Amino acid sequence: MTAPIIVTLTVNGEPVNRAVEPRLTLADFLRDELGLKGTHVGCEHGVCGACTVHLNGATVRGCLTFAVQCEGAEVETVEGGTDSGRLKDLQDEFVARNALQCGYCTPGMLLSAAELLEQNPAPSRDEIREHLSGNYCRCTGYQAIVDAIETTARKRVELER
Amino acid sequence: MKPHAFDYVRATSLQDIFGVLDKHGDDAKILAGGQSLVPAMNMRLAAPRVIVDVNAIEALHGIAVVGDMLRIGAMTRYVEIAASDLVARHAPLIVRAVPFIAHAAIRNRGTFGGSLCNADPASELPACVLAERAVFNISSSTGERSVAANDFFLGTYTTALEPTEVLLSVDVPLSGPDSRYFFDEVARRQGDYAMAGLAARAEVRGGVLVDARLVFFAVSDMPLMVSATAALLEGQAPGSVDAEAICEALIQNVTPQQDLTTSSVTKEHLMKVLTRRAIAAFAREEA
Ligand SMILES: Cc1cc2nc3c(=O)[nH]c(=O)nc-3n(C[C@H](O)[C@H](O)[C@H](O)COP(=O)(O)OP(=O)(O)OC[C@H]3O[C@@H](n4cnc5c(N)ncnc54)[C@H](O)[C@@H]3O)c2cc1C
Ligand code: FES
Ligand code: FES
Repeated sequence: MTAPIIVTLTVNGEPVNRAVEPRLTLADFLRDELGLKGTHVGCEHGVCGACTVHLNGATVRGCLTFAVQCEGAEVETVEGGTDSGRLKDLQDEFVARNALQCGYCTPGMLLSAAELLEQNPAPSRDEIREHLSGNYCRCTGYQAIVDAIETTARKRVELER
Repeated sequence: MKPHAFDYVRATSLQDIFGVLDKHGDDAKILAGGQSLVPAMNMRLAAPRVIVDVNAIEALHGIAVVGDMLRIGAMTRYVEIAASDLVARHAPLIVRAVPFIAHAAIRNRGTFGGSLCNADPASELPACVLAERAVFNISSSTGERSVAANDFFLGTYTTALEPTEVLLSVDVPLSGPDSRYFFDEVARRQGDYAMAGLAARAEVRGGVLVDARLVFFAVSDMPLMVSATAALLEGQAPGSVDAEAICEALIQNVTPQQDLTTSSVTKEHLMKVLTRRAIAAFAREEA
């Protein structure tokens, strides 16, 4: 009975229907079943944030959610956010600020930042740091990441005017 | 770092859960937010043979006033508590504690009931429900029972729940106009488990503190209610409590347990720091 279970969900706007083993995590499902390698896997116990994806519009740990739990759900990964252009200004600012080096943390950082800016269009640096507290970066020292998110927020507010 | 194979049951009613638990007992585990259970499974510290996913069960969700209690469903997620006007109005201690728990993505999934059933001694919410004298509503195929918070926590990761039982909800006595609250913790970084923390509630009647409750967490194998020390606050005006005398009494009465990262001496120091902050907060709220 650990036999595969059929799960039907939407990933980056596309309907997906697969038989999955119950123990398959959402992160491994996205990477190994769907070939979406932008979702990274680091610690596999919820600490590093590399596996962050959006589940029904909110960030979750891809390593702490089983794919079978996603019946009927909408999942968005960094690939989806890139194709739709939703992450474009954040990505441009990450590049402009050197807010990535190896890039391992970057998909998670972008998706966490996108959630923050939806909830709070003008966050303080402390609020940015608080929201990213569950996303580890071993390269940049974080300053450039906070700079990039702060600048994106400011530019979005200016565009609104 | 991958979990052991298991059978998965998506429960759609309480009967579904009881069916699985009655049949498999300890070999089955309820999956709520998964933010403690799944890490344990990934590290193979837990290897349940059957997982019963209770996320779809309406009866476990929701927040409502029932009589003079605020009822919080076990499956209420941390984000829902943080955004709830009802919890802010009637159980402010719990709202204050939530930002200290983990990180945004974990608060999007983790649940009120999951935190309580997990009974991590460093967790915020067990201390809060003890300070609030909350009541746990528990059910199994053989009926329902209620357990006082004081009798629910038995030790590290250990509660009064039987393997066949489900936590339905928790009832928190409503906040009154006289209620005063304090919540704070000291952690290394935002979102880390506390090195020491304190959840406190007292009433101010006729200008003096009554029924004070101080509950420390991350200092023992379960949340630690320091009744003898709290009793010393009884009848004192909030603005004129001798904080140093209270701290001295506290340290006479309890010795915190060291953990992997923090010595007993450090925890003792942090308990005093938190006690002073609580006393100052009770005075401030009064002004
Ligand atoms: C990186 C990280 C940091 C964290 N930091 C903190 C922190 O600072 N403070 C903190 O308190 N927590 C922290 N947590 C843990 C988090 O709060 C969990 O969400 C919580 O401990 C468990 O809730 P859950 O809903 O995820 O439960 P699950 O993980 O699904 O379940 C936990 C346990 O409770 C049982 N259970 C769940 N619901 C019920 C029910 N209704 N009836 C009977 N049994 C039930 C399960 O079978 C399981 O044994 C952290 C987690 C991670 C990954
Ligand atoms: S891989 Fe999921 S949090 Fe590290
Ligand atoms: S860029 Fe290397 S971990 Fe962040």
